[in-house]
Order: sequence, then structure tokens, then C-alpha cells
Amino acid sequence: MNYQSDEKGYYGTFGGAFIPEMMQQNISQLQSCYIEIIESDSFKEEFKTLLSDYAGRPSPLYYSDRLSDHYKAHIYLKREDLNHTGSHKINNTIGQILLAKRLGKTRIIAETGAGQHGVATATVCARAGLECIVYMGAVDVARQSPNVEKMKMLGAEVRPVQSGSKTLKDATNEAIRDWINNPVDTHYIIGSVVGPHPYPDMVARFQSVISEEIRIQLKEKTGRETPDYVIACVGGGSNAAGSFYHFLNNPEVKLIAVEAGGKGVDTGESAATTQLGRPGILHGSRSLLMQTADGQVIEPYSISAGLDYPGIGPMHANLFKTHRAQFLSATDDQALKAALYLSQKEGIIPALESAHALAALEMIEFKPDDVVVVNVSGRGDKDMETFLKYFQSVK
Amino acid sequence: MENRITSLLHQKGENILSIYFTAGYPELNDTKRIIEELERCGADLIEIGMPFSDPVADGPVIQHSSEVALSNGMTINLLFEQLKEIRKTVSVPLILMGYLNPVMQFGIEEFCLKCKETGIDGTIIPDLPLEVYQEEYKEIFEKYSLSNIFLITPQTPEQRIRMIDLLSNGFIYMVSSSSTTGVKESGDNEQIAYFERIRSMNLRSKQLIGFGISDKASFERAAQYASGAIIGSAFVTALAGEMPIEHKVNAFMLKFLKTSII
Ligand SMILES: Cc1ncc(COP(=O)(O)O)c(C=O)c1O
Repeated sequence: MNYQSDEKGYYGTFGGAFIPEMMQQNISQLQSCYIEIIESDSFKEEFKTLLSDYAGRPSPLYYSDRLSDHYKAHIYLKREDLNHTGSHKINNTIGQILLAKRLGKTRIIAETGAGQHGVATATVCARAGLECIVYMGAVDVARQSPNVEKMKMLGAEVRPVQSGSKTLKDATNEAIRDWINNPVDTHYIIGSVVGPHPYPDMVARFQSVISEEIRIQLKEKTGRETPDYVIACVGGGSNAAGSFYHFLNNPEVKLIAVEAGGKGVDTGESAATTQLGRPGILHGSRSLLMQTADGQVIEPYSISAGLDYPGIGPMHANLFKTHRAQFLSATDDQALKAALYLSQKEGIIPALESAHALAALEMIEFKPDDVVVVNVSGRGDKDMETFLKYFQSVK
Repeated sequence: MENRITSLLHQKGENILSIYFTAGYPELNDTKRIIEELERCGADLIEIGMPFSDPVADGPVIQHSSEVALSNGMTINLLFEQLKEIRKTVSVPLILMGYLNPVMQFGIEEFCLKCKETGIDGTIIPDLPLEVYQEEYKEIFEKYSLSNIFLITPQTPEQRIRMIDLLSNGFIYMVSSSSTTGVKESGDNEQIAYFERIRSMNLRSKQLIGFGISDKASFERAAQYASGAIIGSAFVTALAGEMPIEHKVNAFMLKFLKTSII
């Protein structure tokens, strides 16, 4: 079975490019040239060099003795938290800034939830000498303030978004509006595998370095290239897409996607899209979407700003529909507990988003010789305030 | 295909005044009264907005009206209910404008059927791409005599404009500049060059110019280059406030007419 998109950007029945005419020129330009550009030798060379020398790749694949002991399986952590800027987001922004340069764009816009994508975008813009504007929901500006300060220090302008639920969805709306109003000089660096074709496929390709490395590193460490499980959290789904990418056609590898359960899937305060959503169209693609009976988008909830999104990328909607991936959800509490556990057992403070993936270790019955890779998509520095509040409340 | 839009374009080739408003704003049940008053005051064509939670092609004014309309309880179902008897009192062409997701959830064929039953003549669905319309929806729309209206912008290449022209069976919605709704029309040289470029293409479909048309002056400027123009945000702005809804509509429309109707 083919889990990649076709030339029109469809993953099965999901994907496509449902965009207003005002975005048509930019999107069709990207559609017609992205493969040629990013598969060219010069691009690949530059991308690879920056990933290693600038972002610090390959990120380690770390065997966790103590988690392995506890969960009675062989647990490896893919350390995307050790990348420059603290998450997997840098993989995509390096790729897209090189693309933007080749397209002759001089102004970069981005949306951000947790601020990790905003920081990663501001970072590559600083290096490339391009103007950078980041849209961020006002709620997220408040709960991820260290990242807001970083973006400013890096020279980016952060525009707080006051519409809707004031989180990631609304920041994305505002970035799209900016692009409509600035179609000529601007490139929009989308931060996940969402948006109109070719973004989902393009971002997945840039993130696929994660699973490319996992295969090589596993082979070195265990003699086998494929694990039994790959576990990743899903907001829009870019770190999961990157972690799954080179295993999609290895059916023996179980792919586990972990969504944000919020306060519980049935509480009305959740972001577990596959459980709560139906097929629908948002931000330019057809995917699963949390929505009311008459097609209005439901405002999601998660303690983690990066997972607080009412949709998922079309690739994941298709993986869900075809049962290629299994979708679980972790609540706020489960994620916080998992973050604390990893911190105290391994000395690694994970991002709240990544903590959702770690929480899934509690939910799966492993066999003793199972090889399990958990993608630690980012580090928890940005979440210290949330963590502290939680620990005070449980003490 | 014949409907009220095609007849209007046939009968009145110039200075067509089209007005947009968001259904359910400012009050849930203003819809019918706004339409009736608009017709009475001389609107040639009326675009009824179906509010959506995430209107990415819209500026702050229509974002706000959509938000209010939704919190008032507006739905497509209710809109059809409100418009059930509209053809007893109103004869100008009516167009429903909105984003694809709510329409898709309603069901495309069901939606088109309801439009036909209600006396709706056309649709504007900005995020329904030409290609998808052509492949999946065209037949259904035509079966119910609905004109789907496509947008062009200053960025749209000539070849695509020609394609849109061939697919159109109403007018072409000419977006005045590269922008979301409600951004002020500039009237600068670049914009005039774009208007002239489109005019010189001699398209088979007539064009109405929209986005940023806010008053009589900008209407008249635009109307020189097309068959007329569309006013949205400026009208929606005029609907705020405490006066009876008919007064607000009337006061706004007076600005576009030489003599008062009242
Ligand atoms: C560390 C981290 N992990 C995961 C995510 C979720 O995004 P995605 O699902 O695209 O990987 C974010 C988003 O901000 C993040 O910062």
C-alpha cells in the first residue's frame, strides 16, 4: 500500500489544495517546483550540511536503561530535543528557508503554537538575513513566554492573534491572511504537515531525516533496522510523519500516534482529533477535523500549546483510516506525569508535547524483546512554568 | 443555463450594484429584512454570507460579523428556513457566499437542491478550487441551475482566467487587489492597469469588481472597468448600531443613489 501523497497531494481521500484564488499563484508555484528544487543535488547538499553543522544532527538514539527496566521492553529515545533550538521543528525550517531563497522570497511568515516552530523559523531567518513575522495566539504568547522572548531576540516580530480561541488554529488563519495580502515577496513557512498540497508532503520530506537516522542508528546498535514500535505525538503531525516516514512500508513496525486528550476525550476539552473529528476542510486540506454538526470548527483544548489544534495532517488521517497507524491519546495529567518520570529517571526534561508520546508507554503491553523508539520531539525549557504550576498543585 | 443572475447581466450591462452581508448579523433574524430593504433601495444583486468559524479570506469586519452571527446561532439549515418565502417578496438575484466546509457537511447535492427550492441563483465558495468544482461539483450545480462564481486576482495568469471564463455561467468576481476583504481599494496605477488588462481580454463572462469598494466614489471608479461592483465590509460596518435594521440599510444605500426612495 502507498501511504505517500499522489501528485495532486492526496493521501487516499485526504489532502488536496482547498485554497482561495488569492493563494493560487503561490501554491501552484510551490506545487510545480518543490520536488525539483528539494531533490536537486545542490539543495540536498546544502540541506544536509546545515542539518549536521548548524542543527547538530544526527540527533542521538539513546537507549534508556531505566525506562526499559520499568516498561519491560527495549526503549530507545530519539533525541530531537537535542537539536539546535530544542525540537524537530528546525529540520523543516532549514529546508523551507533554502526553498524560499531559491524562490527569491524576501519576507518570511510563520504560525506557531508552542513557539518552537516560531523560534526555529526566526533562527533560520536570522541566518538567511530575511524579515520574519510570526503569528502566535494570544493565549500561547502568555503560556510560552520564553519562546516569545527568543523570537524577539532573534530579530523576528511576534504578532499576537486575538481571534477565535487565540491558539494555533487562529495563528494559522492570520498567517494565511498575511500571505493573501503579501503574495509576491512572502513565503509562508508552515510548521507542520498541514495546509494545502504541497505542504504536507514537503514538510514530511524535510522531517523524514528522523526515521532515516533511526534506521541507521538502530542497525548499528541492534543489528536490525526496524523497531517493533515507533511512538510519536501528533499536533499537526510533523514529528510523527518524520518518525514514521521510512517505516511506512514496513508493516511489521507498529506506528503509534499520540494525540492530546486534554482533560479527557469526553470532557469537551480535548484535542484528540481522530476520536472527535470527521472529514472536513480547514487550512487548505481535507482531513479529519473537530467540528460541529454544521461544519464550524470546534476550538480544541490541550495543556500543550503544540498539540492544541483541531485537525491533523492528511497523511495521518489516511494512516488512521487505513489502520496503518494506531492512534492513542494522553490526557494533560498523563503527559505531566510522564514528563516528571522521564526527568527524574533519565535526567531529560521533555517538551509537554513529547511527554504525550512518553505517556503512551503506560498504555501498551510490550513483549520483553520488543524494540521501541519514542520520539522526544523537543525539550521542556519552554514549559517550566506549566510544570511548576502542576507540581505545586499536586504537592 | 438561465437564472436571475444571467438575466440581470443580460438586461443590465453596467453599474450593477451588488451588496454582501453576513446572515445572522447583527441579529439572528435580520436576514429577510435586510434583503427586502436592499432590493427596495436599489441593490441589483445580493450576496448572503454563510458564516464560518475560520474565514481566512476575510478581514476584521467580516470576521467579526461571522463570529457574531455564529454566536447568534446561525446555521445553513436555519438560513434556508429564513429564506423559505423570500421569493414571494424579492426578485433580485440572490447568491450564497461562504466557505466549503459547512457546505460540504450540509451535503453538496442537498445544498444545491435547497438553493433551487429557495430561489437561490448562485454561490461563491472561495476555497472551492476550480479543478475540484470541475471534476466533482459542476454537474450537480448545473442540474439545479446554480451559477458558481469564481474569483480572479491581480496574480491570476491569463491562461487560468480564460479557463475560469469558460467555466463561468454567471459573472467573474474580480478581486480588486491582492488582499483579504475590507482592505481599502487603492485606485493606484497598478490597480488600474490590472482592470484595463482584464477589460482588454474581452472575456465572454461579465465581471464585477469586489474587495475594498466602500463608497460611491470607489464604486464608480470600479464600475468604469467592469459591469459593476460589490460592496461587502463597508455595508456590514454600517449595520452596527442601535437603529432599526431597515434604517441602517436605507441610510447606507442612499449614498449610492441620486434620489432617495423614501
Ligand atoms: C516539541 C514539539 N513536539 C511536537 C509538536 C507538535 O507538532 P507536530 O505534530 O507537527 O510535530 C510541537 C509543536 O509545536 C512541538 O513544539
